[in-house]
Amino acid sequence: MSDRPVLDIDIVCVGFGPAMGGFLTTLSRSGLSPNVICYERADDIAFGVSGAVTRARGIRASFPDLDPSEIPMATRVAHEKVLYLLDPAGASRRSTGLRLADRAIGAVRLARHSAVELPYTPPFLRKDDGLLFSIGQFNQWVGSQLIGSGAVQIWPGTPVSGPLIEGDRVAGVELPDMDVRAALTVVGDGPVGAVGRRLDERFGLPPGHHPREWAVGAKMVIDLPERVDLEPGTVFHSFGYPEPEIFGFFYVHPERVASVGIFVPSWFRCPVRTSYRYLQHYIQHPYLWRYLEGGTLRSWGAKSLAESGRRGEPYLAGDGWARIGEGSGSTNVLTGSGVDEAWTTGTQLAEGVVELMKDGRPFTRQNLEETYVRRRRASWVEAEGRIAERARDGFHRGVIAGLAGMALAGMTKGRFALGGEPKPMPPIAEYYRGRIPADEVRRIQRECAAKGTGAHDALMERAGWPEIACDGKLLMSLQDALLVGGKVQAAPGYPDHVRFTDSAACEDCDARTCVEICSGQAITPGTGAVPAFDREKCVYCGACLWNCPAGAICFEAGAGGLHSAEN
Amino acid sequence: MSYHIVVCGGIVPDPLQTLEPVMGPAGPSLKNESMLPAVLDPWAAHALFEAANLARNVAGSKVWLVSLGPKAKLQQVMMTVAQKAPFELVPIDGPAGAFTDPVGVSGALAAAIETIAGLDRQRLLVFGGWESATRGAGATMQMVGERLGIVDQFQGVDSLSPRDDGSFEILERIEGGRHQVSVCAGPPALVGWATGSLAEPRNNPQVGMANMRTIMPALQKARAANLQGSPPQFLSVTLPRQQRSTKVVKDLSTDEIARQIAAWINGD
Repeated sequence: MSDRPVLDIDIVCVGFGPAMGGFLTTLSRSGLSPNVICYERADDIAFGVSGAVTRARGIRASFPDLDPSEIPMATRVAHEKVLYLLDPAGASRRSTGLRLADRAIGAVRLARHSAVELPYTPPFLRKDDGLLFSIGQFNQWVGSQLIGSGAVQIWPGTPVSGPLIEGDRVAGVELPDMDVRAALTVVGDGPVGAVGRRLDERFGLPPGHHPREWAVGAKMVIDLPERVDLEPGTVFHSFGYPEPEIFGFFYVHPERVASVGIFVPSWFRCPVRTSYRYLQHYIQHPYLWRYLEGGTLRSWGAKSLAESGRRGEPYLAGDGWARIGEGSGSTNVLTGSGVDEAWTTGTQLAEGVVELMKDGRPFTRQNLEETYVRRRRASWVEAEGRIAERARDGFHRGVIAGLAGMALAGMTKGRFALGGEPKPMPPIAEYYRGRIPADEVRRIQRECAAKGTGAHDALMERAGWPEIACDGKLLMSLQDALLVGGKVQAAPGYPDHVRFTDSAACEDCDARTCVEICSGQAITPGTGAVPAFDREKCVYCGACLWNCPAGAICFEAGAGGLHSAEN
Repeated sequence: MSYHIVVCGGIVPDPLQTLEPVMGPAGPSLKNESMLPAVLDPWAAHALFEAANLARNVAGSKVWLVSLGPKAKLQQVMMTVAQKAPFELVPIDGPAGAFTDPVGVSGALAAAIETIAGLDRQRLLVFGGWESATRGAGATMQMVGERLGIVDQFQGVDSLSPRDDGSFEILERIEGGRHQVSVCAGPPALVGWATGSLAEPRNNPQVGMANMRTIMPALQKARAANLQGSPPQFLSVTLPRQQRSTKVVKDLSTDEIARQIAAWINGD
């Protein structure tokens, strides 16, 4: 019997994001008054990261009279464009097919500002009458109403170590200094949350399900120069640059503020895949730079995205627990939408919980499946998630196959798609074969390691990417961005939440993608075989976790991270 | 001797946010102030941590936190602050921005302290920040003390050490990076803390839950602030101009840090 202090409540929740917002909002309106506590790892409920443009069907169902002007940075979607970005830098790794396409575009003078505006936005991508907002401000808006209602307690700055598992049942959660026991544990801690991953380890995944596709989403929030008169609600989706595999977005908020970002996916088989450097090249693409030049960085952030969608769905409920949101496989990778889906899964669970409480039935697996899971299976989240299940498989065969596969899946409602299987990451020397001699790659790696830095900047510049001309306002080193725009803070007194568990695997690792992918430069080469970790720079993107080919990184819940309410 | 320690600590927008002053019909404010994440004023937070440490080390002592801010925002901030140290909250519902003057704020704080039930003035230590992240005049705490009739006041304090005879030794910052050492015969006294020497405590959910038993009822009964005196007139508001040069290094000696800063200022 543990001698740790114990708190007994009715419902304990892990992670405050859109899904938990949906859950708690619905539950707080039920007229029931269970004792509910939600623990959030970050230092404030507003410190989430996502560039959110959404159809907001679920959110509007919860707030039928929602006025976007109540939420800073929110507005209605006004215009949407899909852009194919050419490669003005001449450094992007394009396939022969793409190069031919680029030449053809140049020959018929189809491009403007090195980009082609597609004349047609596929229906599955459109966010007609949707909303564009900052997830941080949306969380703040929802959370402040919930806290003000007094119906629930939301405790930020409280990392949850893991679930309390007793046999096949979850009996609550472990905090660093106490246990919280509850009849129901609601897990909404995102794609790399410690509690969700512990449940996956204990209960496994349904047959055929696998969280094998990921992406790092990195974004900047930028004050646009005064000359720019883009209408709030303008949305650009882009592909083709800085690398063909990297998708991008440009959203215009009210008051001349833009969210600009990229997704670096797991199928982009580049071992030096730093999202920040690619984001710097992305914003300088001529099509976007004509709006962004002279702008000022307000904020910056990064997060992992669970790109497997429904095919990465874990078990949604068990005895004493249920999962909602992105970590439950709700993200739709075809429509590029996750916030509204996450919100809706939260409301579905709350409706199920209320039904069970009113009937006086316990939170068993069977009862939760009959209430929550049944609702979810009958909803648009499920229907659209199924359509999207195989939509991106083609990207494992190449970008053109991937785009064709997406179009095929979208147009045929998921009946047809192009298949493909993930391939292992190539060694760095192989990736740069034909561009940088292998011995020079190794020399650059050695020199950078000796300086305690990743090799991506040096390798990218050697491979033809132009140097970043820092202006101190929008273009700046990642170290500056951590302070100016990233706003990273870590309270003292906590252990490292990233640990390297297999030094032999680190010794054998050539690419050290954990160092290169690290969004905050918190992981550096270190002095021995094992990389060094500085928790004061970690933004909790979790990219190190899924980029380690040996699975030798332990990524736990911890305090601190980003301090921006605008991401 | 045990102490009754009253900490005055307002809430301020998280300094890491993008803060934009705007002029509205009711005077200056911060853009989207109600939606900015807030924190306990960092100067006052040091005072709270020192108060909690003193109370832990001197049996029978007790800590109150008197905090002025919009009630809803106070409630949100307390979900974090309450995990840091045991205290009872005395909330005052009022503005938290930078645009109130110390006269009104000190009046509201002193009035709230006067209403604390069971407060023993012979054991009273009033703590607060020497400065404030929003009210940087360094005058508020001094005026709180004057309104309460506390004549022993210490500002820029880094250390308070109780002695066996009931007196305590205080280190106040003076120029040249040195401290002035004073001995105070005992309470009542007012202490405006500099940074002290304590690290921010880890969040402790147990402490938070215990605090919430009194914090939530107190918030429900929070009185509106009566900010006395004529409000100041602001002709314009701007952010300080910044010139930034960032370098992230660790384990440098203070001498070397000072040398580098001086070199940067001199443009070397």
